[in-house]
Amino acid sequence: MLNAAGSSDVALEARDVTKRFSGAPVLQSLSLVVGRGERVALVGESGAGKTTLLKAFNRMVRPDEGVLYVGGKDVMSLSAVKLRRSIGYVQQDGGLLPHWTVLRNVGLVPWLCRMEDRKEMARDALNLVGLQTAEFGHRYPRELSGGERQRVALARALAARPDIVLLDEPFGALDAITRSELLESVRSLFHEIGVTALMVTHDLRAAVRFADRVAVLRNGRIDQVADPKTLCRAPATKYVEELLARAGVAADE
Amino acid sequence: MTAALIFSLALQVVAADSVSSQVDAAAPDAQERAIVVASKLFGESFLLAEMFAQLLESRGMAVERRLGLGATQMTFRGLLTGDIDVYPEYTGTGLVAILNEDPTGTPAEVFRRVATVFRERWGIHWMPPLGFENTYAIAVRRESAERDSLRTLSDLARVAPNYIGGFTPDFIGRRDGLVGLQEAYGLRTKEVRSLLQAVKYRALAGGDVDVIDGYSTDGLINRYDLVVLTDDRNFFPPYEAAPLVSRRLWETRPEAVRALSELAGIIDVETMRGLNRRLEVDGDEVEDVARDALRALGLIEGPALRIIRGQNSSTTGSFLSYFWARRGETLALTLRHLWLVMASLTGAILVAVPFGLLLERARVGAEAAIRAVGLLQTIPSIALLAFMIPLLGIGVLPAVVALFLYSLFPIVRNTYTGIRDADPVAVNSARSLGMTEGQILRYVRLPLAAPVIMAGIRTAGVITVGTATLAAFIGAGGLGDPIVAGLALADTRMILAGAIPAALLALCVDAVLSLIEWAVTPRGVTV
Repeated sequence: MLNAAGSSDVALEARDVTKRFSGAPVLQSLSLVVGRGERVALVGESGAGKTTLLKAFNRMVRPDEGVLYVGGKDVMSLSAVKLRRSIGYVQQDGGLLPHWTVLRNVGLVPWLCRMEDRKEMARDALNLVGLQTAEFGHRYPRELSGGERQRVALARALAARPDIVLLDEPFGALDAITRSELLESVRSLFHEIGVTALMVTHDLRAAVRFADRVAVLRNGRIDQVADPKTLCRAPATKYVEELLARAGVAADE
Repeated sequence: MTAALIFSLALQVVAADSVSSQVDAAAPDAQERAIVVASKLFGESFLLAEMFAQLLESRGMAVERRLGLGATQMTFRGLLTGDIDVYPEYTGTGLVAILNEDPTGTPAEVFRRVATVFRERWGIHWMPPLGFENTYAIAVRRESAERDSLRTLSDLARVAPNYIGGFTPDFIGRRDGLVGLQEAYGLRTKEVRSLLQAVKYRALAGGDVDVIDGYSTDGLINRYDLVVLTDDRNFFPPYEAAPLVSRRLWETRPEAVRALSELAGIIDVETMRGLNRRLEVDGDEVEDVARDALRALGLIEGPALRIIRGQNSSTTGSFLSYFWARRGETLALTLRHLWLVMASLTGAILVAVPFGLLLERARVGAEAAIRAVGLLQTIPSIALLAFMIPLLGIGVLPAVVALFLYSLFPIVRNTYTGIRDADPVAVNSARSLGMTEGQILRYVRLPLAAPVIMAGIRTAGVITVGTATLAAFIGAGGLGDPIVAGLALADTRMILAGAIPAALLALCVDAVLSLIEWAVTPRGVTV
């Protein structure tokens, strides 16, 4: 499974990816494999390269060196627009279109792909994240709470039933209680529908609760990739140890 | 939905525009076209032009009036380009201001000189003079004349350093005006103020200025008890009034030329002074004075009223009844004004919005380009209108082009910043989910920027309504006409009859555009 580009059980792979922004390397020859149906969290401090790596997968960032594979295919061989439509995407602050209703926002990708039953898909997706179409469908984003907005953004990412979802600090702007609730429901939802998820977060506690595996990034390299238990019990570097301590994640968690 | 709305609006505007150009295209061919009669911006010029117009109309010819053009440059240019067919001009002005020759010679010599040169050089014809001279009359208050014992211009030169001059813009710049006067008499006033004809006399009487340029046929000199100083060095050339006729009219409309020649030598200086007095002192309508004059001269049918009326009643009527009597004309002028505004604003929208979008895509040089467009805004309106004359002649086209240029900046700037600053988070997520750049522009950036763009259009619209009043200076018509004429005739009611509808029109345009702004604002972002 580890070097299985093209094999059917690998959803995402980055191979020796390097990216520099105005000379300074943000990603340094970084490699990562995400298996089909796996949920992986990218953690690290700001500037560690988490978001850059995430955006390289849907071609929002173009790497200087290295290759990225989605579903076994080199992303540069695919049309950027089609690639993005095939991958769900959630960002901090939701990024909902303010002049579109909730239902229209959720139906964005099915609409872009000219799917036939897009209204139904949008309704299903709203239900999936626990929002009733009758109550929320015709509201505008500014008429929603922060937590509701993130749920709608999540529904929008899932509406076209993608195999893969990329999440960039999806809970970053929420208060602690809302974040905790949402995290729990997203975890079980993703488990239920078996979607592959790559999530960027600076919150190690959230990462440990959400992910099958956690990748710790520092200065554009991966310090350690491991399942949460292993990570907590056997931090590979002093940095990972520090990060765990700072986040207050106990070894038994 | 909003995009569709903008689109359909644009279509309607385009449709309206093409309708109006069809109207232009449907105008009769050059042979049958209405004869364009113009005047400069002072009462006597208005009156003579109106007399020309009524005379031609009484002989069955269609006439278009373009009265109150800003200065000699504008009327003469119009004659050259064929935008104007005839206007009253003075031989001395032709000699000095147009031919740039020295102001010397007897009246007959000057007439022969201008008649020959204009015909040979431009094919423009001087008709026989009307019969009176109207020379510059440098005037001071009686009290100053007595205090400083002034009788001649040489006397004035002696005390001029203590005097403040108030002269018409035309006079200040002309070689047979202030420039030449300074050379001939060494006359240097302490200060020179540029004053319109309409306010000059009041400024002099009120003591704001001490010396002005009047006309020897003015009706106002006696009224304000002024002393006209003798031109003891014969500096001013003879100024015989005569119709100046374009090549086109001369060659293609002999019946018009014949009609105008009936005026030759029949208006003496007393008659002219009397007519000017009715216009400027009594406040009679130009049309009435012109009609009475033509009847008294036996040129048109109708009861010949006395040319000189006593104290007259029309000034005592209330503004409302005056305004009510002119309601039809005011409505026509308002529609004309609105047409000028719509044509230039539509053009500006069709150019500025795509240009703003282009700048936003290019980014490089965008700020510089916007600043360059902004520079257009800093050109004074009158100057911009005047720039247009050598390029486009006079009339509607140069006015629309000038107004168009003024409208560009607010629309370009608002389009650029509106599109650039449209909710960056929403734009990023739309792109991340697979919208093409075209879809992002159409479904995200444009709807979000629509209120900002509309605000720019609104600004441009209100500016244009105001600036369009100045278009009357170059013969484009609209509500500027009564303002300009009122300024020339010192008639406050006439000025208000243009200024008040213009202000109301600006409010209406702003209200309509703000409704559109509200309509194009997407619901989810309405504040």
